[in-house]
Amino acid sequence: MATIIRVEHLGKQYRIGGPQAAYSTLRETLVGAARAPFRWAQRRGENGGGKVWAVKDVSFEVQAGEVVGIIGRNGAGKSTLLKMLSRITEPTTGSVDLYGRVGSLLEVGTGFHPELSGRENVYLNGAILGMTRQEIAQKFDEIVAFAEVEKFIDTPVKHYSSGMYLRLAFAVAAHLEPEILIVDEVLAVGDARFQRKCLDKMRTVGQQGRTVLFVSHNMPAITRLCPRTILLSGGGILEDGPSHQVVSTYLGSSVGTAAVRVWKDLKNAPGNEVVRLLSVRVRTQEGEATEAVDIRRPIGVEMEYEVLTPGHVLVPNLHFYNEEGIYVFVTHDCDPAWRQKPRPAGRYVSTAWIPGNLFSEGTLIVGAAVSTHDPVVVHFYERDAVAFQVIDSLEGDSARGDYAGPMHGVIRPLLDWRTEFRSSERETILA
Amino acid sequence: MSTRESTGGFEKVEVHSAGAPTSHPASGHTSTQPQLPAEPLVRIRPRTSRVALDLGDLWAYRELLYFLTWRDIKVRYKQTVLGAAWAILQPLFLMLIFTLLFARVAGLTPDGVPYPLFAFTGLVPWTFFANAVTTSGNSLVGNANLITKVYFPRMLVPLAAVAAGLVDFALSFALLVALLVYYGVRPTWQLALLPALVVLTTLCAAVTGLLLSALNVKYRDIRFALPFLIQLWLFVSSVILPSSVVPERWRWLLALNPMSGIIESYRAVLLGLPLDWMALLTASLTTLVLLLCSVVVFRRMEKQFADII
Repeated sequence: MATIIRVEHLGKQYRIGGPQAAYSTLRETLVGAARAPFRWAQRRGENGGGKVWAVKDVSFEVQAGEVVGIIGRNGAGKSTLLKMLSRITEPTTGSVDLYGRVGSLLEVGTGFHPELSGRENVYLNGAILGMTRQEIAQKFDEIVAFAEVEKFIDTPVKHYSSGMYLRLAFAVAAHLEPEILIVDEVLAVGDARFQRKCLDKMRTVGQQGRTVLFVSHNMPAITRLCPRTILLSGGGILEDGPSHQVVSTYLGSSVGTAAVRVWKDLKNAPGNEVVRLLSVRVRTQEGEATEAVDIRRPIGVEMEYEVLTPGHVLVPNLHFYNEEGIYVFVTHDCDPAWRQKPRPAGRYVSTAWIPGNLFSEGTLIVGAAVSTHDPVVVHFYERDAVAFQVIDSLEGDSARGDYAGPMHGVIRPLLDWRTEFRSSERETILA
Repeated sequence: MSTRESTGGFEKVEVHSAGAPTSHPASGHTSTQPQLPAEPLVRIRPRTSRVALDLGDLWAYRELLYFLTWRDIKVRYKQTVLGAAWAILQPLFLMLIFTLLFARVAGLTPDGVPYPLFAFTGLVPWTFFANAVTTSGNSLVGNANLITKVYFPRMLVPLAAVAAGLVDFALSFALLVALLVYYGVRPTWQLALLPALVVLTTLCAAVTGLLLSALNVKYRDIRFALPFLIQLWLFVSSVILPSSVVPERWRWLLALNPMSGIIESYRAVLLGLPLDWMALLTASLTTLVLLLCSVVVFRRMEKQFADII
C-alpha cells in the first residue's frame, strides 16, 4: 500500500468573527488605512486574541484504497480540513501532498442551474466536478438511468421535484472517478431511499480500491463504511484508529451534552404546582452519564423531580423514540414502593433500567413525564429530554453475530438460537 | 415500502430492500488498484506573497471555461420575451437617443460621418465592453456557491462572463454591418485589423472584469459603484463625441482610458478613416499594464475568496 494523502502540520487561521463576517466595505478599509499609524498598539492584541485556529497542527497519512471517516462536533474543524484538502481554501501553515486526482463532494448539485434542462445540468455539473466532456458523454446514459429521470431529461430542473433534483445531482457525483473522493455530509439530504442509495454507492466506491474521506455525523454509517476514523476536536486530531473505538470515544467524551439535561431554575422547569422535573440523565451501570451505549450493556435512564404538593399518586414514565420518529415503547414506573401511594413533598429519583441487547443501533430519544392515572393528569411531559446512541461494536457477541452489514429493525434482541444436526435424513431419501 | 423507510432515516443502508429497485451504477467499474505517481499530483502549501499566473492550471480547466460560458449564454435570456433581441436593442436605442441629443452638439457629421453611424460604430463595441465588465464584475459573488464548494481556477468565472458577452457582440455587430451597407460605406484594407481590435476589446473587458470581480468579493461596494462607473466611463470613451472635441492639453488624460483609443480605432477601421496608431498603441499598452495589475490583485485575493465570499 502506498501513501496517497500526506498531511503534515496543517493549520488554518481565521480572523475572529468567523469567515462570513470577514468581508468589509471599502469605507472601512479606507478608514482603517487612515488610522493605521495610530493602531500599532492595538494590533498586538489583534494578533494574539483576534484570530482563531480552525484547524491546527493536523498530520496524518492515508493509504491508497483506505476509506477513512472524519468525525467531530460542530466547529471541530472538519469542514475546514476538507476544504483545504479539496483546495477550496488555502492553509495558513503546513502542507498536503496528494498522489491522485481529487474529487470533492461537499454538496450535491453544486452549480446546478434551475433554468437549464437535466441534460444540460449533467454536463455543467460534471465539468464543475472535474469530468471532461468526453467522460460525461460516455457515462451520460448511465447517469440518467441511475437518477431515474429519463422522461424529464430535457425539462428544466426547476420543474423537477426535489427528489428528482437530488437524484440527478447525486447521479452525476456518483460517476466521478477520481482516485481520491472527499465526501461531506452529502447524505444529510434526501429521503430515506436516496440516503440508502448514497451509502450503497459509497460502499462500492470503497470496494473499488479508491480512497475515500468521509465526513459524517451518522455514526452507524461511519462504523459501517469506514474501517478507520479520525476524531477531530478543537481543530486537532483527538484520536485516529479503528472506527468503533474512535466513535465510542467521540460519543463518550461528551459530558454535559445530549445525555444529561438539568433544569437549574425550578420555576421554569417542566411541571406544574404538583411536581417539577429537575434533571434527566442516561447512565451506565457504573453510574456514569454517557451518550454512547454499548448495545450489549444495560442502560439506565434516571429522572429527578421535586414533588411540591403532597398527597398525589404519581407515575413517572419514559417514552423512547428512534431517530426516525418511530415510537419504540413507553415504560411506566411500577415500583411497589410508591405504587398507588400518595407521595409526601420532596425530591425523588426514579431510574428505569433497559436491558442490554434490546435496542437496535442508532440514536434513541427519550421523553420524560410524570402523570397521575386516576383521574388522568399529565403533570409534565418533556419530549426530547435526553438522547443517546446505541453502538454495536462488531465484536461478535451481539445479535449481529459475525455479520458486519446493515441490520433492519427497531429492536435487536439477542435470541436463543438452536440448530440441530440431522444429517442422515437426506442420505436416507437418496438411498 | 414500510412506513419506517419513508420517514427519513438513519439505519437505511441495506443493499436489498423490498420495493426499492436500487441499481448499482458502479458495478461495471473495474476494481483496479490505482497506480500512484512517484511525485504528488497536487501539492498544497500556504501561498507566498509572490504569485504567478498558473497557466497550466487554466489550461487543464479549459473545458470548464467552455461550460461556464455556455451556461451564461444559455441562461441569459431565459424567460425573457424578446430574448437575444436585447443584444441589438440596447445599442440601437442608445444610438437613437444619442442622435436626438448629441447630433447637434457633435455636428451632424463628426469626422465626416453621419452621426447615427458614428454613434453606432462606437456603441456596438462599447455595449459589449460595458455588459462584459458588469456581468464579470458581479460574477464571483454571483457564483459564491461554486467558490465555496469546489476547486477550479477562480479566474474562469469572470472570464466566462466576458466570453459569453461575445455572442451578443456578434449579434449587434451584424446590425452594424447592415447599417454600414445602408450608408454605403466601402471596406478598406484597415478592416484586416478588426480581429485584433476584437481581441483587444475582449482583453480589456476581461482584465477590468477580473479586477472588479476580485475586489467585489471583499468590498461589496463594487456592486453599487459598477453601474455608475460604467456610465461615467461611457462619457470619456469617445462613444458620444469624437476625441477631437477634447482640448489638446487634456488628450493625454483620455489616452489613459484604453477604451477611448479602442473605440476610435473601431471607427477608423470600419469607416475607413485615418487610424490613430499612437492612440491604439497606448490603448494596447494600458491594457497590458492593467492585465498585470489585475492578475496580481486577483491571485493575491483569490486565496481568501472561499473564506470571505
